[in-house]
Amino acid sequence: MVNLATTYLGISLRSPIVPSASPLTRDLDTILKMEDAGAGAVVLHSLFEEQIEREAHLLDEVIEDTKYRYAESVDFFPPLEEFRRDEEHYLELIREAKEALAIPVIASMNGFSAGSWTRYAKLFEEAGADAVELNIYYIPTNPAITGQLVEDLYVDILSAVKSQISIPVTVKLSPYFSAMANMAKRLEAAGADGLALFNRFYQPDIDVKALETRRRLALSTSEEIRLPLRWIALLYGRVNTSLALTTGVHTVEDVIKGVMAGADAVHVCSVLLKEGIGKIRELSSELAIWMEAKHYSRLDQMQGILSHKNTPNPEAFERANYVKLIGL
Amino acid sequence: MVKDNMITVDGNTACATIAHKTSEVIAIYPITPSSSMGELADSLSAAGKTNLWGTVPLVAEMQAEGGAAGAVHGALQTGALTTTFTASQGLLLMIPNMYKIAGELTSTVFHVSARSLAAQALSIFGDHSDVTAARATGFAFLASCSVQEAQDFALISQAATLAARVPFVHFFDGFRTSSEVNKIESISDDVIRTMIDDDLVRAHRERGLNPDHPVVRGISQGPDIYFQARETVNPFYLKTPGIVQDAMDQFAKLTGRAYHLFDYVGAPDAERVIILMGSGAEVAHETVDYLVEQGEKVGIIKVRLFRPFSIEHFIAALPETVKVIAALDRTKEPGSAGEPLYQDVLTALAETGRTARVISGRYGLSSKEFTPAMVKGIFDEMQKDAPKNHFTVGIVDDVTNTSIAYDPEFNIEASDVVRALFYGLGSDGTVGANKNSIKIIGEETKLYAQGYFQYDAKKSGGVTISHLRFGPRPIRQTCLVTSASFLGVHQFVFFEKYDILASASKGATLLINSPYPVEDTWDKLPRQAQETIIKKQLKVFVIDAYDVAKNIGLGGRINTIMQTCFFALSGVLPKDEAIVEIKKAIKKSYGKRGENVVLMNFAAVDQALENLHEIEVPAEATSTIEMKPAVTPNAPEFVQEVTAKMIALKGDDLPVSAFPVDGTYPVGTTQYEKRSIALEIPVWEPDVCIQCGKCAMACPHAVIRLKVYDPEILEDAPEGFRSVAARGREFKGKMFTIQVSPEDCTGCGLCVETCPAKDRQDPSRKAINMTPQPPIRERESGFWNFFFNTIPDYNRAELNLKTVKDSQLLRPLFEFSGACGGCGETPYVRLLSQLFGDRAVIANATGCSSIYGGHMPTTPYTTNPEGRGPAWNNSLFEDNAEFGFGFRLTLDKQEQYARELLERFRAKLGNTLVDGLLNAPQIEEADYAAQRERVAQLRIRMAEETSPEALDLLSLADVLVRRSVWILGGDGWSYDIGYGGLDHVLAQGRNVNVLVLDTQVYSNTGGQMSKATPRGAVAKFAAAGRPLPKKDLGMIAMTYGNIYVAQIAMGANDTQTLRAFREAESYEGASLILAYSHCIAHGIPDMKFGFQQQKLAVESGAWTLYRYDPRLLAEGKNPLQLDSKEPRGDIREYMYNEIRFRTLLQSHPDRAEELLHLARQDAKARWNQYKQMAEMDYSWAAE
Repeated sequence: MVNLATTYLGISLRSPIVPSASPLTRDLDTILKMEDAGAGAVVLHSLFEEQIEREAHLLDEVIEDTKYRYAESVDFFPPLEEFRRDEEHYLELIREAKEALAIPVIASMNGFSAGSWTRYAKLFEEAGADAVELNIYYIPTNPAITGQLVEDLYVDILSAVKSQISIPVTVKLSPYFSAMANMAKRLEAAGADGLALFNRFYQPDIDVKALETRRRLALSTSEEIRLPLRWIALLYGRVNTSLALTTGVHTVEDVIKGVMAGADAVHVCSVLLKEGIGKIRELSSELAIWMEAKHYSRLDQMQGILSHKNTPNPEAFERANYVKLIGL
Repeated sequence: MVKDNMITVDGNTACATIAHKTSEVIAIYPITPSSSMGELADSLSAAGKTNLWGTVPLVAEMQAEGGAAGAVHGALQTGALTTTFTASQGLLLMIPNMYKIAGELTSTVFHVSARSLAAQALSIFGDHSDVTAARATGFAFLASCSVQEAQDFALISQAATLAARVPFVHFFDGFRTSSEVNKIESISDDVIRTMIDDDLVRAHRERGLNPDHPVVRGISQGPDIYFQARETVNPFYLKTPGIVQDAMDQFAKLTGRAYHLFDYVGAPDAERVIILMGSGAEVAHETVDYLVEQGEKVGIIKVRLFRPFSIEHFIAALPETVKVIAALDRTKEPGSAGEPLYQDVLTALAETGRTARVISGRYGLSSKEFTPAMVKGIFDEMQKDAPKNHFTVGIVDDVTNTSIAYDPEFNIEASDVVRALFYGLGSDGTVGANKNSIKIIGEETKLYAQGYFQYDAKKSGGVTISHLRFGPRPIRQTCLVTSASFLGVHQFVFFEKYDILASASKGATLLINSPYPVEDTWDKLPRQAQETIIKKQLKVFVIDAYDVAKNIGLGGRINTIMQTCFFALSGVLPKDEAIVEIKKAIKKSYGKRGENVVLMNFAAVDQALENLHEIEVPAEATSTIEMKPAVTPNAPEFVQEVTAKMIALKGDDLPVSAFPVDGTYPVGTTQYEKRSIALEIPVWEPDVCIQCGKCAMACPHAVIRLKVYDPEILEDAPEGFRSVAARGREFKGKMFTIQVSPEDCTGCGLCVETCPAKDRQDPSRKAINMTPQPPIRERESGFWNFFFNTIPDYNRAELNLKTVKDSQLLRPLFEFSGACGGCGETPYVRLLSQLFGDRAVIANATGCSSIYGGHMPTTPYTTNPEGRGPAWNNSLFEDNAEFGFGFRLTLDKQEQYARELLERFRAKLGNTLVDGLLNAPQIEEADYAAQRERVAQLRIRMAEETSPEALDLLSLADVLVRRSVWILGGDGWSYDIGYGGLDHVLAQGRNVNVLVLDTQVYSNTGGQMSKATPRGAVAKFAAAGRPLPKKDLGMIAMTYGNIYVAQIAMGANDTQTLRAFREAESYEGASLILAYSHCIAHGIPDMKFGFQQQKLAVESGAWTLYRYDPRLLAEGKNPLQLDSKEPRGDIREYMYNEIRFRTLLQSHPDRAEELLHLARQDAKARWNQYKQMAEMDYSWAAE
């Protein structure tokens, strides 16, 4: 009998397959189904920095702006005493998930500043979250912002969060760093317990007829696994944090690749949106069958075996790879 | 020592809190200024607040006050403690039931915020016209004078009605008391408990209809017994005064606040006594206290129990020494021997043999100010040998000379009372901040506080004036602040428009929100303001609050900043203490909305203090800036002499002779009031424009105009005037211009969002773009004047009015209204005026459209260069369909008579002309031009005729040009209060056109649910989202088969809108157009997205576009044509762009989900139903 157990962020998981933050993990029933299907842990949908208080802001603005304009209509809405804000809703979800689930619950927050929103990490902890995933997404559109400043910002946000809580914190990163390895080390030094590589962003599209930009959601494909795979492989053994692979995990082969590159956990999302929550059960069982066939009894026996450090052909992860591919 | 039961509330809140506590059933209908009582009761029940017996009262919003009274009557007859809240016309609609309720000796209290009745004009403000009109119903009437009494008497009347079995109207003055915020002592539940006798409650219940021991009531009686039976109630009325006094005495024991049926205040040996009731008594009370201290022998009697009028108690309250009595009535009964209190006083004296000279006076109609100076003036008049009787005070009556003089400088404001005045904009948060300040001072200090708020007649860019007093004693000055020790001017432009410093007392503090640097601010003040500042030795402080707000991230919200400055400067509280309290209040107000909001407001407090500067006042006025005239120099005399004064906030100074005698006013006056309220205005880019006309079609204020004209006209054009070759074969060789009237635009941006044309090289540049107004105001005004005055309108007869573009070449005859920026209703009204305005008679239901359509000082309906334009009238809220139907009846009758007369004059006029007049088609614009020409011919040929018939024909000739009768109103009217009448009128088959401006909520009275409110929308009386689907008024109308019905949304399909209007108008029967009107009450984050929301509403199936044309039947075609496609996309995408739906996600997320699901089902159900109907085979009809 093979054992799929792994350790991620210092927490024992029964399986490396962990649904990542997505609209799917917004709903407790769906999360329960994920557990039932064999998920190792669950990352709740992200609470966005903009989202925190944004709703309240919007309501506040509209309600206040429409008041006291005319003697007959001094206001237009019944008193809204019960402001059930998104962040409160979120905390309730953590509490409910902890109550209902046996697997670890990782709360996720998505933002771009080291401001007051980081205090929610503390609230996540108090609500019972087992860990916090810090999803930092910053588009440095201002030409005055240097790469150094961007990196510092990530470290500052992490430090702000770490200083407030004692549960583990993992940082979900974008691939857009000029020195990823150094960045990883800096985050490790700032206290990161894990790194999740890489975040995938909705990229805008252009409507040539309407002369407008449009937001469009596109799900990932297996092909996209290669970028995170490379960096998991490169960082494995070089940082002391946990590593999670995210983006492009669609098949059992993708899961195995992730583990062999060095991941402690692999995140799934697009495949669940496409094929349903039952996919977790399918992946888990295929993984067990594959391991059994290949005579692995434990996950750690295959973890990192094809990382940059361990692989027989490390140049495949390096620049040499590029030269080979383009045939120079 | 601050008493721990002090609260700072307005009169409506004070009253409704008690009413809710002592009721089981509450049936209401919104009407200003009582609406907030019903709303409060509803929100208390929605929040699960229980009454005295631990159960939550049921609150039901009815379709009309008549309906509310019926429901109240029914609830009473089945034994529930029942109440209602109303005012004005609402009370009148309740009168039939009031007779019944009283005749059946039923205990109830109607709480009324007394308001003027619509006569020569509607007014929402306070007087006693309504309550005195209901005085014969058999109800008892108990009058409160103050916010404190509005609470206390709510309880006393409830206790008394249970004991007396006589129903009560408890009333207080609309606005002055209903909306005044004051610090009062609250009443504990224990006191209420003691005052309300449960045995009496059960006795009331026992009298309820019950099949277990049945009775009949509501029988009919004949001459043999009715009279005697009517007299049976006498003992109850005889006992009522005593019962009320007992309740007052018990209340006094419990609270220490003693009241009497008639409360006398003044010198024990007074020789002159004023009798009055309501809020005016408070001012009179203060004045009498002052005068008695000066040694004057004067007094007042406050009438508490107006009906039953107890002569015994009244005489007992009257000092023996009295020589002259002035009975003051806050109402007018034209043609009477005197108003009610006067007659009561005369009767009381006559019946008891007391002698005194009694004179009658009218004061305070429609919240006209009633001041200590006027009270003093009345006492002075009473001292004369022959005092004026039937006098008026507070106005100048130079027609029948009823008014008495008084010294307006007489002032009794105590020096230890801080009197503050704030001038703000409706949208800048000034009123909210002041309410907050009153709460802080009222509830956190031992000081007493009072606040009263005045609003503008305009819904966009309107001025608000806040009147605040703070002092060591309870504040009875129920009048405006006229000698302020502190003035806050929150908008710099007001200095140019209004003489605001006239209300400053000597040495007062003036706080200015200035957009200019501190050192430049003085020079930017008009000369007149500088002179006043110097003369009155004002201390001037300046802050650029908008800049501070912007830097903090508060956008245009300057309320907290200005509030902080007030506290820092006024000295009402020590500064540090004030800061702590403001921050506490911020936390309380905004805490639930998130920390960020709180933090930003905290920053506003700190930044305000840092950016507040005193400016040194020079010894002499140096400014070259003059105050702006209120109207443009080309305005006609009436506008110059009368309207301009109202605009300049000096309407109080206008004498009686200035006004038309019958409420008839000239049209087209908004054009002279250049309000210049837009910060940004659209500017046209000819090179990008595709000349579609959609911008003008969308414009709610008719400020964007299109013209096509001959190139030669440009020879006189001002430099830089934009024009381009007109597109389209029909306009070959002509030029085209789109011009905006910069000073009439509200800057809503709806046009820019609607513009479909983009610069191919720079898609961010459209054919019109919002541009800061001040730098281009002058240039664009010059362009506008040339455009408007010099370029002629295109010949209507030559336009193809099937196209949106051509429709927008028609001159709007509805322009520059005071509607909200981005209003969703007015584009339809403007289009109507363009298409049919020169032939239209409009009946307008009370509501937003009657307010922006006909609120003084200026009105938007106007005329074309020939002097023709819509003739407009607003009758009431409930009767509008019938009112418009009456127009049609007259016009039909007149036309018929005119046609008969034509036949009689056939020989003289000739067959060609008569046949033309009788039979020529009147469909297209060219037809109307031809018919008008025939009418002109008729006039010429009949000019010499003097027979009565000939004169009749001449006086009726105009009606031979087909009239267009339009009946306009909102959904509150058409779906609810006026539905019965609308249904009847539509069913009559006469040619009326009904335009329903469907905002899906009562917009004018502040967002109450109507039957047009869609499922899931939050509105007042639907705080948890409306659980039921929107009524399908169009479907109901279609069932008649002979009514033209169209459902339209201009923002989704403007061509369909245009088509529907033209079809409806051309249909020789009744037509109903239901027009989706986005509204400020929807909570669209920016009104400029209104049309986008309309589009989403249609695409998602929330609003289906269709036309049902009975004419198609004759062709064997299905009359119903669907004009929108099968819904695509989720209705959620439409709904959650609007706060009215979105708040439910916050307050009741699970319910939101459920209602969203049902809303989706509604959309599908509607679409499928229409689709099936539209697909039915009607070929049989052609047979």
